[in-house]
Amino acid sequence: MVVDYRDDRQTEHPLSTQQPLPPDERIEQPPGTSVIEVKGLSAYYGQFRALDDVSFRIPERKITALIGPSGCGKTTLLRCMNRMNDLVGTFHINGSVEYRGQDLYARNVDVVEVRRRIGMVFQKPNPFPKSIFENVAFGPKVNGIKGNLPDIVESSLRAAALWDDVKDKLHQSGLALSGGQQQRLCIARALAIQPDVILMDEPCSALDPIATLKIEDLMRQLARDYTIVIVTHNMQQAARVADYTAFLMMRSDRAGELVEYRETDAIFTAPKDKRTEDYVTGRFG
Amino acid sequence: MTRDLFDKKLREMQDDVLILGSMVEKAVQRSMDALRSRDSAQSTLVIQDDQAINAKRYEIEEKCIHTIALQQPMAADLRILVAVLFIATELERMADHAEGIARINLMLGDEALPPVLGDIGEMADKAGDMLRRALTAFVERDAAAARLICDEDDQIDALYDSSYHTLIQEMIRTPADVQRITYLIWTCHNLERIADRVTNICERVIFMVTGQLEEINVSRY
Repeated sequence: MVVDYRDDRQTEHPLSTQQPLPPDERIEQPPGTSVIEVKGLSAYYGQFRALDDVSFRIPERKITALIGPSGCGKTTLLRCMNRMNDLVGTFHINGSVEYRGQDLYARNVDVVEVRRRIGMVFQKPNPFPKSIFENVAFGPKVNGIKGNLPDIVESSLRAAALWDDVKDKLHQSGLALSGGQQQRLCIARALAIQPDVILMDEPCSALDPIATLKIEDLMRQLARDYTIVIVTHNMQQAARVADYTAFLMMRSDRAGELVEYRETDAIFTAPKDKRTEDYVTGRFG
Repeated sequence: MTRDLFDKKLREMQDDVLILGSMVEKAVQRSMDALRSRDSAQSTLVIQDDQAINAKRYEIEEKCIHTIALQQPMAADLRILVAVLFIATELERMADHAEGIARINLMLGDEALPPVLGDIGEMADKAGDMLRRALTAFVERDAAAARLICDEDDQIDALYDSSYHTLIQEMIRTPADVQRITYLIWTCHNLERIADRVTNICERVIFMVTGQLEEINVSRY
């Protein structure tokens, strides 16, 4: 189709001539080992279907970003990956979420162990009203993790790029730290229980730009040892940090669907689906 | 959500590329007309006007850089801006080749053109036609047309080959004309480079439309 670029009335993007593609062309499964595999997942809050038939794989030691407009189900999807949605009484799913081949929603699964292996960092920093040391030591203590506790605290704080900031005030309250430091403390707290996967739900949305960049640098460092899944509203952040990006969208029946999933540079330079194109170029959402 | 202001900027930048393209097309045409008619004044104008072409290229670059910094374009928008940046550079270099032809005409001084010109005229017409169609492919987002234009660079290469051989033969036949004929070979080379740059523009059009960066036709020169 030839589009007259000079037409002032035109509202659709001039290169948006593609029709929605079939799923096998939109979902590009990453090579290598998958840590989490989502298979035909539909998620419900009571009667309301929040996600419909989502299937994709999260690759090991990579950062995978979930992006999409508000209400598209990205946080619901993230929380399905460590059963955080179990805390909502009416929540239920169809399909499955597998962690290293184990169905997370099988009857015999120990949910506490799931959340130990698949940790979570939230939107707003939420340190316990305890000392910095106790914040990090709390997880290993209640999980019975063996080892020298001060060593675990130090290595966790170092891994979270916070050690140099706090090494002389470990027994001060975690709440006395700046917002960015509090978020890194929460990351250190998650690392202390030796997780395999870290889920991050908009971890920088309450932080200033400098603190945000520090967390992003930290995420890149952590991806050497951990698998990270991040929900973000900030497309530039997804472009900066993620190896793979999944774009979700709310359909007219308000159920979220996975529109496109592939390497981040492809999503932000040459997406294949028109809806992704329109979203990343800021033409809807 | 729409991005009306941003879309308007993109359209303006496209219009700027077309303006630059027409300035360059005119420069190529005038430099060849001046050579054919041995019109030094016309060649001098081509050389002077190159300043305006350079300025237009920098204006486009600056607009692109500002837009990238302030609007943070993604996907197709980013590809359009990257294409515009590269196309503006290629066009400006094409104008440098036209300026080169104008300078050759001045170097010929009061001497007439040699009687044998090879396929210079046909090369100039073909290169100009390829440029016009490449800019149309850019406006119409027509990757298929851009691909076809790239293939036509072989015809320019063939004309260059035949002109080169004809002119070398002429040098051997009339050694007194070596200097004048050398100038003509330089002119052919400028035209051949102009067509190569049209190919580069077409590659950027294909990238803009498809997202694929590919070298379509590698010139032999």
